Amino acid sequence: MSEKVLMKGNEAFAEAAMRGGCAFYFGYPITPQSEIPEYISRELPKRGGKFLQAESELGAVNMAYGAGASGGVVFISSSSPGISLMQEGMSFLCSAEVPAVILNVSRGGPGVGGIQPGQADYYQVTRGGGNGDYHIPVFAPARIQEAVDLLYEAPAIAEKYRNPVMVLADGMLGQMMEPIILPEQKPFITSEEIAVKKPWAISGSAKGHRSVVKSLRMQPEVLEAHVNHLFEGYAKMEQELVRWKSEGLEDAEIVFVAFGTLARLCNETIELLAEKGIKAGIIRPVSLWPFPYKAFDAIGPKTKVVISAELSMGQMITDVKLAVNGKVPVKLINRTGGSVPTSIEVRDKAMAILEALK
Amino acid sequence: MAKFLVTVKRDKCKGCELCRSVCPKNVIDMSAHPNAKGYCPAEPARLDDCVGCTSCALICPDAAIEIFALEEGDKI
Amino acid sequence: MKPVFTVTKGLIPVDTSYCPGCTHGVAHRLIMEVLEERGQLGNTIGVAPIGCSIVAHEFMNVDMCESAHGRAPAVASGIRRVHPNKVVFTYQGDGDLASIGMCEIIHAAARGEKFSTFFINNGIYGMTGGQMAPTTLIGQKATTAQEGRTKEQAGMPIKVCELLAQLDGAVYIERVALDTPAHIRAAKKAVQRAFDVQEKGLGFSLVEFISTCPTNWGLTPPESLKWIKEKVIPYYPLGVYKNPEEV
Repeated sequence: MSEKVLMKGNEAFAEAAMRGGCAFYFGYPITPQSEIPEYISRELPKRGGKFLQAESELGAVNMAYGAGASGGVVFISSSSPGISLMQEGMSFLCSAEVPAVILNVSRGGPGVGGIQPGQADYYQVTRGGGNGDYHIPVFAPARIQEAVDLLYEAPAIAEKYRNPVMVLADGMLGQMMEPIILPEQKPFITSEEIAVKKPWAISGSAKGHRSVVKSLRMQPEVLEAHVNHLFEGYAKMEQELVRWKSEGLEDAEIVFVAFGTLARLCNETIELLAEKGIKAGIIRPVSLWPFPYKAFDAIGPKTKVVISAELSMGQMITDVKLAVNGKVPVKLINRTGGSVPTSIEVRDKAMAILEALK
Repeated sequence: MAKFLVTVKRDKCKGCELCRSVCPKNVIDMSAHPNAKGYCPAEPARLDDCVGCTSCALICPDAAIEIFALEEGDKI
Repeated sequence: MKPVFTVTKGLIPVDTSYCPGCTHGVAHRLIMEVLEERGQLGNTIGVAPIGCSIVAHEFMNVDMCESAHGRAPAVASGIRRVHPNKVVFTYQGDGDLASIGMCEIIHAAARGEKFSTFFINNGIYGMTGGQMAPTTLIGQKATTAQEGRTKEQAGMPIKVCELLAQLDGAVYIERVALDTPAHIRAAKKAVQRAFDVQEKGLGFSLVEFISTCPTNWGLTPPESLKWIKEKVIPYYPLGVYKNPEEV
């Protein structure tokens, strides 16, 4: 029976990952997502899973690698500076083809930055902050229910492609409360089932063959072949994992591009612009990698400007410009450092941009 | 009369001389002829003196040495 | 003919890539012999991180995974959560365990993690060509301490067994050496005790093997054994630093 409950974002994220089959969680407290390890430390053991507070985010991502390499379904979470610490681990996970679900509840940066929401990890999560050629699919929910649905699905996506999957929320989503429907608890895989269902995982050679999970490949031809193999998987992800929502593109003079909670704010801005007689639409990427370039094919001839709205100094705008490909000007409306604009502020800036283009 | 047979896998041995250095009975010499890798491997040269202490096999880092106790009728 | 000493099935029958006289080969063999004797080769998972022994999975005949530098104790903690009934060990060098991985090993020991760590201490960084390790001796030369290590510049060498023995979760800690056949026999017993402790679920176990690096010490292999006896063991005394009563 699915239940409808009023839940805080962070706790809903935790609940969704557990229900999606994540039986192992490793984490370290960091604002604004410390409620996640707190909630999981209480709830996960009750349903037969294992929680461990790691000594640092470095420890947490490496525990996740060990558990994932062992065939366990793993969930880890952090916020921007902690995600920075995990970059080595993420590159390693991708190289070793170990699945994991990673949640980034992002905040203002750079450095220790602030604890208020931010979207300035876009480059880090889509380009990869770790070394080498790799990709991690990234999904950006705009409401708690969407985050729940994505986190519930994420373990299966990670297992299917044998790659980590990231959900990028922000501090607003983590701290707000919304009514949501929680999905059914999936059963947890056991140590014995792993030897049969995941023959690649390390579980003891008594299963009939020896498994080795590794990253180092010293001969260049061997490493090149391996990277090409990884990229065959990424090509499939680019076909199969692209997601976006768009609205009101026909006849729109302005098309906003925004993700996460800022997209909700842009929806309100669109209504405010309509009151001023200006038609605006929105493309909301749900997958940030792979980025929904083809969503921009639907931009019509009446569009005068595409505005990337971001809580950063403009990172997604790079992909927006690639997608728009010179058809119309692309401009930025932004705040950073944890500051969030009002919909009125965005309306006024958008109108000024439109005016300046005349 | 030899009581033990010490075998050294010629192509596994890296000529490190650890076995020779720990043998209490000076059974082992280093060969004058290099193996395929260019190492001069250990050779049991005086098996009659071997007391089967296994010091050589214990210290060999390359698992190149095996030791057998000879029984009546065995020919090396 | 009766076998007196034959090679364990725990070692994959390939030539190792270790240097002549490097005692990694001895440590590998002891651990694999013990696992074979305990009937556990099929039930074991090993973690080998960065260092010369990153390639240990090519020689050790058990399921294995690599790990990023220093992180093996965290990786093993993750493995242990998924597989509560397998034998789990980490195999780490002095840079891996005592430098970049110091946080991970201390916390694994503090948590009383039920795996065994085999710590290969040869007082130098082998794989990267001879730089100073946290366990390099005062006066010992290294490529990043070319006049020899001094206390003023680098502090005193770190004593890992003594350090970890202070933690309640670390229930069996012993330092052994691989420089003589007698010491090697004692080292094998230490490996057995470490796996006994693990099997009984008593807590964290660690065996430190004083080992050679002839290439980066600039000594022949037999001279390296002498170096251990004359220089290393006086600073790093062998013995049991922590022992649970039950084993």
